[in-house]
Amino acid sequence: MMKQLRNIISVIILAGLALTGCRKGDRIVPPEVTPVDTAKPGSAYNGFYLLNEGNMGSNKSTLDYYDYTAGIYKSNIYATANPAAVKELGDVGNDLAIYGSKLYAVINISNKVEVMDAASTKRIKQINILNCRYITFANGKVYVSSYAGPVLIEPNAPIGFVAEIDTATLEITRKVIVGYQPEEMAVVGNKLYVANSGGYRVPNYDHTVSVIDLNTFKEIKKIDVAINLDRLKADTDGDIYVTSRGDYYNIPSRLFLIDTKTDVVKKQFDIPVSNLWISGDTAYVYGSVFSYNTGKWTITYNMVNVKTETVLSTNFITDGTDKTIRMPYGIAVNPATREIFLTDAKDYVSSGVLCCFSPAGKKKWSVTTGEIPAHIAFVSGTK
Amino acid sequence: MMRFKKHAGAAMLLVLLCGGISAYAQQADTVAAKELREVSVTAARTAREVSPGQKMQAKELERLGSHSVADAIRFFAGLQVKDYGGIGGLKTVDIRSMGTNQVGVFYDGIQLGNAQNGQVDLGKFSLDNMEEIALYNGQKSNIFQPAKDFGSAGAIYLTSLKPKFTANEKTHLRGTIKTGSFGLFNPSLLWQQKISSKVSASFSTEWINATGRYKFSYQKRDDNGHLVYDTSAYRTNGDVNAVRVEGGFNGLLNGGEWNTKVYYYQSERGLPGFIVNGVFGHVDRQWDQDIFIQSSFRKDITKRYSILLNGKYAYDYTRFLAPDTARLYIDNHYRQYEMYCSMAHQYALTNWWTIAASGDFQWNRLDADLTNFSYPTRYTTLAAAATNISFNRFSAQASILGTFVNETVKKNAAAPYQQQFTPAVFVSWQPTRSADFRLRGFYKRIFRMPTFNDLYYTEIGNRFLEPEFATQYDAGFTWNKTFTNSWITQAGIETDAYYNEVKDKIVAVPGASMLSWQMENLGFVKIKGLDVKAKAIWLIKKQIQFSTKLTYTYQRAQDFTDPSDSFYGDQIVYIPRHSGSLILGADYKQWEANYSFIYTGERYNSKENKAKNYVEPWYTSDISLGRQFTSKHTRFHVTAQVNNLANQFYEVVISYPMPGRNYRFILTVNI
Repeated sequence: MMKQLRNIISVIILAGLALTGCRKGDRIVPPEVTPVDTAKPGSAYNGFYLLNEGNMGSNKSTLDYYDYTAGIYKSNIYATANPAAVKELGDVGNDLAIYGSKLYAVINISNKVEVMDAASTKRIKQINILNCRYITFANGKVYVSSYAGPVLIEPNAPIGFVAEIDTATLEITRKVIVGYQPEEMAVVGNKLYVANSGGYRVPNYDHTVSVIDLNTFKEIKKIDVAINLDRLKADTDGDIYVTSRGDYYNIPSRLFLIDTKTDVVKKQFDIPVSNLWISGDTAYVYGSVFSYNTGKWTITYNMVNVKTETVLSTNFITDGTDKTIRMPYGIAVNPATREIFLTDAKDYVSSGVLCCFSPAGKKKWSVTTGEIPAHIAFVSGTK
Repeated sequence: MMRFKKHAGAAMLLVLLCGGISAYAQQADTVAAKELREVSVTAARTAREVSPGQKMQAKELERLGSHSVADAIRFFAGLQVKDYGGIGGLKTVDIRSMGTNQVGVFYDGIQLGNAQNGQVDLGKFSLDNMEEIALYNGQKSNIFQPAKDFGSAGAIYLTSLKPKFTANEKTHLRGTIKTGSFGLFNPSLLWQQKISSKVSASFSTEWINATGRYKFSYQKRDDNGHLVYDTSAYRTNGDVNAVRVEGGFNGLLNGGEWNTKVYYYQSERGLPGFIVNGVFGHVDRQWDQDIFIQSSFRKDITKRYSILLNGKYAYDYTRFLAPDTARLYIDNHYRQYEMYCSMAHQYALTNWWTIAASGDFQWNRLDADLTNFSYPTRYTTLAAAATNISFNRFSAQASILGTFVNETVKKNAAAPYQQQFTPAVFVSWQPTRSADFRLRGFYKRIFRMPTFNDLYYTEIGNRFLEPEFATQYDAGFTWNKTFTNSWITQAGIETDAYYNEVKDKIVAVPGASMLSWQMENLGFVKIKGLDVKAKAIWLIKKQIQFSTKLTYTYQRAQDFTDPSDSFYGDQIVYIPRHSGSLILGADYKQWEANYSFIYTGERYNSKENKAKNYVEPWYTSDISLGRQFTSKHTRFHVTAQVNNLANQFYEVVISYPMPGRNYRFILTVNI
């Protein structure tokens, strides 16, 4: 009887195991390789990196690379290039740039700037900066904005700062306090311009652009622009374009122009702008605007001539394929070919799509990316 | 009465408490009735359960030694527990892939509400004073119940211990101390007092204190299986300090019963948060305070007419604090208020045909110190009509539920008025003369209302939301046999195949920024599934009682929201195709031993079934050994447990590592 029982138990256990798969050990996920275009060796740019933000808490910020010389798109290359990096690239990639031979990825939730070799994508160093946001460069220095400055006047809202990092030592050399929740930055001449959002202080948004003297590394002026500032780009004429996200209720998103000679707002463009990329005389802009009043999204595409400082009121996508883009999120223009790249973050929780348009605005190709494709950095052909 | 004294077991108490969770039937020939054959005396005069649920009773719960209700219900077929890990971590349940918000949780017969987010944290409910946990697909197939009991796609009924005294007993006292891993110190006390022959009182209290600290580990391998990194750390900020106090009175009436109880729960806990690159700890904290008072009264007024009254008042307070000064500082206070009353009537037209009607009214309010918060109040009226026919070999129930919801707000705009009618039909048929085998099936259409968070959470809520509908079709059989004078005393197998559709699923979609999402009626999910439950009880050499229980669950839950989605037709997030459990228990004289195994097959942690979202299967084995001692009138019970014996590191929810091997010791003293 005991024997019968034993047999029955063994059968149950075996049946259970047969039904069930076993654990093979968590593997590094290899890149997804997709041919997308004809190979173009000898281009001015060898390719570009694309940083996918990934959802907060998912640790799914990933790097993709498009190789012009082979016409191949590789998604999720960081983990394979850096297998020993514990917990891979990290959580919520917020900005990406190449300066010299190095690739810098600002990983917001992971509180770090990941410095990699732009040719091999191998990690060189990790620079720890709490709640870091955006990155820019000038004169052998890296500038990183961060929300996590000291807690000053507001009992619970930290003021922001910008850290200066030496590109040779990759150490933080100086810090300067700016406004609340600083976002994008740009350098014109010897001045660093920082868009302050104040996003943690709703409804008391910040509304200023901080002007930092790069010699003294002190804030020399606060330019009053509009609430909830976000993107900030310099054109070739020494002007700064800065966007306001508005309050999502009654104050709309707008684009502003700052003259860096006088450091005052020169012009306001009455178009909603969520993101922009300036290439040559043209600023390519889109607005994906949500209103709590209507519960609806409005997505618009536009261009601004930065020479004449006028809105062109034309869509840079001319073949109607913009209708297939659900949530425009990242924008870039190849400086040499003038190809326009636009990313679609879809529903934020599944793979996004990168679309490539010809300079005339016709769709050339599209490819699946990681989750929330957002930031693009071109790798020059001299690498 | 003899039977009652002899077997005044769990089923009996359950019936008393819930005012007829199930049934003593006029025809005592069915499996359901057999299982509950000792029930009598004051059980509600209802039709028998057409579709009995899955149940676990005090003895089995004790042997499992699970810490919370959430840990115990993992052994039921057809459900998945979403577990954020640790003693204080959130644990919610998803029945048949329809989503946690479609599940109703009832404590002592009255629903535990959470109008704010629609989820009940089953990790909060200890098993210390639990008499029974039951799971019903569709609804408890009983027509004599409040309208609310018709109102969810799946339901879990928790029933607390109720006093039972032998002739010369007046007082029961039981003290328990649990300790072990996670810095756990968990003393509890149960006091039951007989007041008169018809009235008894009970009081139960518990203190849970734990550091919540445990080791976790992440490993990665390359293509060749070589380890490329292996990192371990300790889970921090998972501490919990909670007190539960509850007490009440139970009374018997001529042809009825009543009870009233007060429940108080207070806790402070750390929220250990996600583990990602560069973030191995969090500082967020949460305080909770839950109070409710509820009463129930049931009486047979005439030979044919019975009435059931229920009432409840509940207040829930939550404070959430995110004090990390490098991030968004949050200190929010939420206060939920609920009032509920219900009246149910049953009338027996003939000895085989019964009709019932019930009407409920519920009032909910949520206050929160969020910027531009709406301060919503919801008025819900529920009306249900049901009928039951019951013959020797065939029984059927049909019910229709009307739901009428009105909302008002102090600020912004309120959601529009909702009115829905939803039906359910249950049938059970015994095809042969043998009562051991029965076929059963049900159809149910139900919905869940958008929660207050879905509708009004500042910058996330969307007041234009429609209800989320779930439609269920189920067919199955049950075979249960008891044997006398054999080495096998009981055997049974129950199998159900089902098809569900969830439409207008309320999902979060991109909002104005990454930090704020919007709720929308977007999802459409089709679910095909199979639940298998098998059990047997063996008697070996007339001394060892050996029990085996096996469950297997197959779920194919696919997202069919939009053909243009990259995840169209993919298995939905966190739902394994295969999962199952095994429990082996043995009782020998004063000793008891238990082995339990849980298996969850491969899953995906995001919408797309791609390699990057793949989650490995996980399986844990738990063992426990217990012994009873008796000294004069005092009984001692000691249990030692090892959980996750193989020290497997796994995640149920992405970035929330689960504990490895852990230990628990339990000492119980009964006076």
